[in-house]
Amino acid sequence: MTVVELKTTTPPTGLAEFWFYFSRSKGAVIGLAVFLIILFLAIFAAFVAPHSPSIQNREVLLLPPAWAEGGRFTYFLGTDAVGRDILSRLIYGARFSLFIGVVVVSLSVVSGVLVGLIAGYFRGRTDTIIMRVMDIILAFPSLLLALVLVAVLGPGLLNAMIAISLVNLPHFVRLTRAAVMTERTKDYVIASKVAGAGTLRLMFLTILPNCLAPLIVQATLAFSAAILDAAALGFLGMGAQPPTPEWGTMLAEAREFIQRAWWVVTFPGLAILITVLAINLMGDGLRDALDPKLKRS
Amino acid sequence: MSLLEVENLVVEFQTASGPFRAVNGVSLKVNEGEVLAIVGESGSGKSVSMLAAMGLLPWTAKVTADKLQFNGIDLLGMSSSERRRIVGKDIAMIFQEPIASLNPCFTVGFQIEEVLRLHLGLDKAARRARAIELFELVGIPNPAERLSHFPHQMSGGQCQRVMIAIALSCNPKLLIADEPTTALDVTIQKQILDLLMRLQAEHGMGMIIITHNMGVVAETADRVIVQYKGRKIEEADVLSLFESPRSAYTRALLSALPDNATGDRLPTIAEFLTDDQIFAGAVR
Amino acid sequence: MTPVLEARDIVRDYHVPGSLLKRARIVHAVKGVSFAVDQGKTLAIVGESGCGKSTLARIVTMIDPATSGEMLIDGERVDIASDGLTPEMRRKVQIVFQNPYGTLNPRKKIGDILSEPLIINTSMKADERRDMAMAMLKKVGLEEKHYGRYPHMFSGGQRQRVAIARALMLNPRLLVLDEPVSALDLSVQAQVLNLLADLQDEFQLTYVFISHDLSVVRYIADDVMVMYYGEAVEYGSRDEVFSDPKHSYTKTLFAATPRADVDSIKARLARKAA
Repeated sequence: MTVVELKTTTPPTGLAEFWFYFSRSKGAVIGLAVFLIILFLAIFAAFVAPHSPSIQNREVLLLPPAWAEGGRFTYFLGTDAVGRDILSRLIYGARFSLFIGVVVVSLSVVSGVLVGLIAGYFRGRTDTIIMRVMDIILAFPSLLLALVLVAVLGPGLLNAMIAISLVNLPHFVRLTRAAVMTERTKDYVIASKVAGAGTLRLMFLTILPNCLAPLIVQATLAFSAAILDAAALGFLGMGAQPPTPEWGTMLAEAREFIQRAWWVVTFPGLAILITVLAINLMGDGLRDALDPKLKRS
Repeated sequence: MSLLEVENLVVEFQTASGPFRAVNGVSLKVNEGEVLAIVGESGSGKSVSMLAAMGLLPWTAKVTADKLQFNGIDLLGMSSSERRRIVGKDIAMIFQEPIASLNPCFTVGFQIEEVLRLHLGLDKAARRARAIELFELVGIPNPAERLSHFPHQMSGGQCQRVMIAIALSCNPKLLIADEPTTALDVTIQKQILDLLMRLQAEHGMGMIIITHNMGVVAETADRVIVQYKGRKIEEADVLSLFESPRSAYTRALLSALPDNATGDRLPTIAEFLTDDQIFAGAVR
Repeated sequence: MTPVLEARDIVRDYHVPGSLLKRARIVHAVKGVSFAVDQGKTLAIVGESGCGKSTLARIVTMIDPATSGEMLIDGERVDIASDGLTPEMRRKVQIVFQNPYGTLNPRKKIGDILSEPLIINTSMKADERRDMAMAMLKKVGLEEKHYGRYPHMFSGGQRQRVAIARALMLNPRLLVLDEPVSALDLSVQAQVLNLLADLQDEFQLTYVFISHDLSVVRYIADDVMVMYYGEAVEYGSRDEVFSDPKHSYTKTLFAATPRADVDSIKARLARKAA
């Protein structure tokens, strides 16, 4: 086949090329923007939030949002059953959600990549044992497994994060293993071996950097899944414990007011929805931007 | 009368960095019963020009030509569905990767019978009989048994024979072979080329062979077009091309053949020709 | 003079594990092949796909061990299956692969690709490594500005030059060339073949050149070995093999190679007219 060459004088840099493909997807750009806003709010929560998340104002229990009848502008999204400002709690809650996402993703990426790299590089019996264990983890409904783990470890935010990391692990292991297996037989790896590179060098310096693109995409998606799982655990009373302003926990506390005060349930739910949606959109954009590169090289 | 007539064909691709002209004003003609070879290195636009004539390029390609006629019918003004009726029946094409050109999910028998059904509307028994006949024609042993094989059960050479059988199934007037033997071993290449030449002579087909291999050109062609970076550099009958090449590029290409090496260094094109010198001799 | 590479009766069997429907079986990829190459000479191994030539290349390069047989490099016996491999031995043999697009790590700059063998095998300082990589870049016909670029910015021929430069970084005695020009255009092929000839003269390199293209082999080889289904069916000097092929397969191979000379074209056109 005739190769059609691009008529560029200077080839675009990696970042410019990445942005070119990423910005083609409108959803991804919107997702990125929303995510950056949430990130900003979380970091500067102390300055942005109108109230403290834990101070209870006995005079304004279950105050409706500002635009509803009887609402006040100082409590823009209303207050909960013990008189805490919902907007402030949501802003502080973003800290927890993002923190959970970061910790869970780092934990599962580091351990998953390591295990997958070992399985894909050494193959044979090591591979079989690792993959069967991963199959067992995958066979459990993920939330159920997380619940069981938290029940064993004891409820709390840290234990919830460990449990969610373990549930996420098999995806990273499988993805890494598949990528390592295709890269391992390529000529450049053999050339490195012929040059005398040892096992560790081959694994971490030669093969691993070439497997990163699909992992980055998976990590983004795992980030949103982690937020969702943490919220679910919080809702079931197994995650962050009250009075922590974690979104799932806030939902759980508001359960009994669903009939009387819709805002107590709606806004934490919306916060979760918007964050997860934004990150997922961003992940899709990342996949579009990174995948053609995989095919082209 | 000429079978395929192309005048001033231009193909442009829209890319991230602006339009790229893959074919730049190429004209060619193939007569009935004639073998035309288009030879060039990668990037010469040799495959693209034929795909453009067949209407097989993606939508990012812009194809213009002063004339694009097959057997007296204008292909340019045609809708894609009308063009498809001709492509595949009167014009057939075979490609470089024989195994990838066949659908791995279906038996080769099903794939050849599908073509017979779509283009000729034969009934089931007639399709099978014709498929066996075609397999015999292209030299596949045990044709009746082979019909139920999947592509992965056959070698590259056998798959290319199946592709040729499919291409011949509707008795095309013109066969376009895009690097038909590049992926094959030398001994298999010889068999396939012999087969193609025999079938061409028997059926009196017009044939276009696209290749980068001067040896293949020498063994098959009546007439040769040399292309470089989307332009036609030289057109000549095969003997005079090899005996007395007119353009400097063709001369350089021929002297770069290890067969023609004199002394212990091979002359290389880049060492004594610039693009401008090459294009100076370009013909329309 | 001891030959740089001597192989005696090399055998390589692959064990193909069975499945539910198939019995396990053993495939004999290389069936007892012997040859020797002297310093500064080129041995071409010719054959079609599946003849075992690439398996032999992996054994010579000490990537895979032979099932049985002896291999001597500079008169020293090598057996990676039982003794492992010393770094000195590893440096003596290097390889260049066929596919220019898979041979360079896409995430590394050319400079890093060239200095990697030095980092692993020597205790050179960073600027020494850099100087040596620069010098080697120029030697293979590239420029200093290419040092900091990534592989995807290069054409096939340029990549093959980088691959050759990488193989030469450790001053090997023997270079295994596994179809180094068959993926390249004719004009680029000529440039790379010239480069290989120049480098052989300059460094007194010994080549094992694996190819399916007889015209290239005739141009570059001193000795030729023809392989067919794991066996060496023909082995001799280039002139012997090309002027007087003994084995019927060699004759078939020669007959199948397309001829691009005027006389053959005239003969063909005469046949066609008749």
